[in-house]
Amino acid sequence: MTTEPRVGRFGPFGGQYLPETLMPAVAELDHAWRDAWADRGYHDELDALLRDYVGRPTPLSEARNLARAVGLGRVFLKREDLAHTGAHKINSAVGQALLAVRMRKRRIIAETGAGQHGVATATACALLGLDCVVYMGTEDMRRQAPNVFRMRLLGAEVRPVDAGSRTLKDAVNEAIRDWVTNVRSTYYLLGSAIGPHPYPTMVRELQSVIGREARRQLLERCGALPQAVVACVGGGSNAIGMFAAFLDDPVTLRGVEAGGEGITTGRHAASLSGGEVGVLHGARTYVLQDAAGQVRETHSVSAGLDYPGVGPEHAMLKERGRVSYVARTDAEALDAFRLLCRAEGIIPALEPAHAIAELPSLARELGPEAVVAVCLSGRGDKDLDTVMGRA
Amino acid sequence: MTVALARLEQSLTALTRAKRLGLVAYLMAGYPDADATLRLGRIAVDGGADVLELGVPFSDPLADGATVQRASERALANGMTVADVIAIARDLRRERDVPILLMGYANPFYRYGLPELARDLAAAGVEGLIVPDLPHEESSDLAAALAPAGLTQICLVAPTTPDDRLARLVPPARGFVYCVSLTGVTGARAALADDVATFVARVRRYATAPVAVGFGISRPEHVRALRGVADAVVVGSALIDAIDRGGEHELSSLVRALREATA
Repeated sequence: MTTEPRVGRFGPFGGQYLPETLMPAVAELDHAWRDAWADRGYHDELDALLRDYVGRPTPLSEARNLARAVGLGRVFLKREDLAHTGAHKINSAVGQALLAVRMRKRRIIAETGAGQHGVATATACALLGLDCVVYMGTEDMRRQAPNVFRMRLLGAEVRPVDAGSRTLKDAVNEAIRDWVTNVRSTYYLLGSAIGPHPYPTMVRELQSVIGREARRQLLERCGALPQAVVACVGGGSNAIGMFAAFLDDPVTLRGVEAGGEGITTGRHAASLSGGEVGVLHGARTYVLQDAAGQVRETHSVSAGLDYPGVGPEHAMLKERGRVSYVARTDAEALDAFRLLCRAEGIIPALEPAHAIAELPSLARELGPEAVVAVCLSGRGDKDLDTVMGRA
Repeated sequence: MTVALARLEQSLTALTRAKRLGLVAYLMAGYPDADATLRLGRIAVDGGADVLELGVPFSDPLADGATVQRASERALANGMTVADVIAIARDLRRERDVPILLMGYANPFYRYGLPELARDLAAAGVEGLIVPDLPHEESSDLAAALAPAGLTQICLVAPTTPDDRLARLVPPARGFVYCVSLTGVTGARAALADDVATFVARVRRYATAPVAVGFGISRPEHVRALRGVADAVVVGSALIDAIDRGGEHELSSLVRALREATA
């Protein structure tokens, strides 16, 4: 399956909807990225860091108790929670930080929602000796306080964003404003598979290590591919990284968005399930918006999914019917969070808890013998306050 | 070229011959409230603005600094929509003979529908649009909708735009070429960017339309410094700041001071 009919576009989605000031910068980035991705030296450096620093390959754990509890034959968890810094975000952060060094940009900016991308970026910057500024909504700083402390320990400057809903969307706005201002010296290390070209492609390529490893590990363990692969979708970086290796396989692919208090309440963050096509943060994609084209405030218990847009490649995969996207509510995600803690001794982040929450539904669709792989994109230490507050 | 655009260009070109800079005044429609915009627009024109830009509020104005962000938020809270802004433009055009442009982000315009937008803008007497998140590469749909209605999308160029790109973007530009004076977002600055004259000279090599400079321009001395450099200046955030400081009176005196500095 060809996912890119033309450069920078995923069917009718993607593009570069940016101020003119940034157009030369994204052209330069696109060039530098292609050059790096074609360079053996870049890959050697990246692979060594992923192996010796990030701890790849991450394990594939069979979750037998979980499988019994949800009525599936076998469930496998791709353990991105065991990567250094506790989430998949480090895969792309390390890759992009190496790219920034190649581009001679010593100042790195990033946005963060849950704080996992901010921590991963601060980590990569500490390792490579780069200056790091992370924009974070004040609401997210409150609910993900441990990650704010981590970023500061790692030497990053965390800049609070007190605009709009004070979450991820507003942090992206502020990061783009910084980028427009300091474009000559600064590398914008975008965390998800969103934004203008080349970010959605670059982040997918850097995250596709998840799916490549998982596919190989599944074939080794089962001798066959699973019936389904599931991942949570906010901007969609862990999901596109997991799905990329399975797009040409006869495997059901399921993306799970944040249903918040329920799609019908309007208080959710499910752009693909409840949004319409629009332009946000440099790309044409599905956007949660009102009838006048204003971007709506979102709601999710999970800060990492609390975003009104989605990566443009997901928009295309939805339109083509290759991936089906559903939404699970806050309550369902919290139940799944507790289930995984008790059944497997794994405390997941609230983001992949949404993917776990989809398993009973997959069991009904695929039957009790079915084998399903889940991308467990991060660990839940950061969410303990949120979960305890709702106990 | 259409009548409306010809008027915009001719008025700016005539000023150049008269050795005066054109003054483009930006106001956020719906700020501080919907009724005020019409009054403030009149004041700006009567104080000496040659062209009016009406800002269309958006939830995520990523090319704008704090002043316009705040005004945009307030305008949205007042319920301002694209249709409302077009109605204000129409009313202003009936009262004052001044070219009007709308400046806003792509998503609300797409949502309105591009053919409907072009039709309604033309009917209201608006000359064109400035869309900061719709660069040349993404504007073919909008251009196709605007052209038959005789409207234009103003071409924005930045100090980071390289010469080969200027050579492609600038020659076909109509209305005026909008030079973003600095790398950054909108908002009043204490001083002009050091390299603005070099930048504008670089743009002028390719321009047939008049050349305007905006972003950061807030004081009469900035305007004076641009005489002989550009054909027009765009002032926005500073006008909003003036309205915040002292309402209509303060807006009027700043516009008059800026206008005085144009000649």
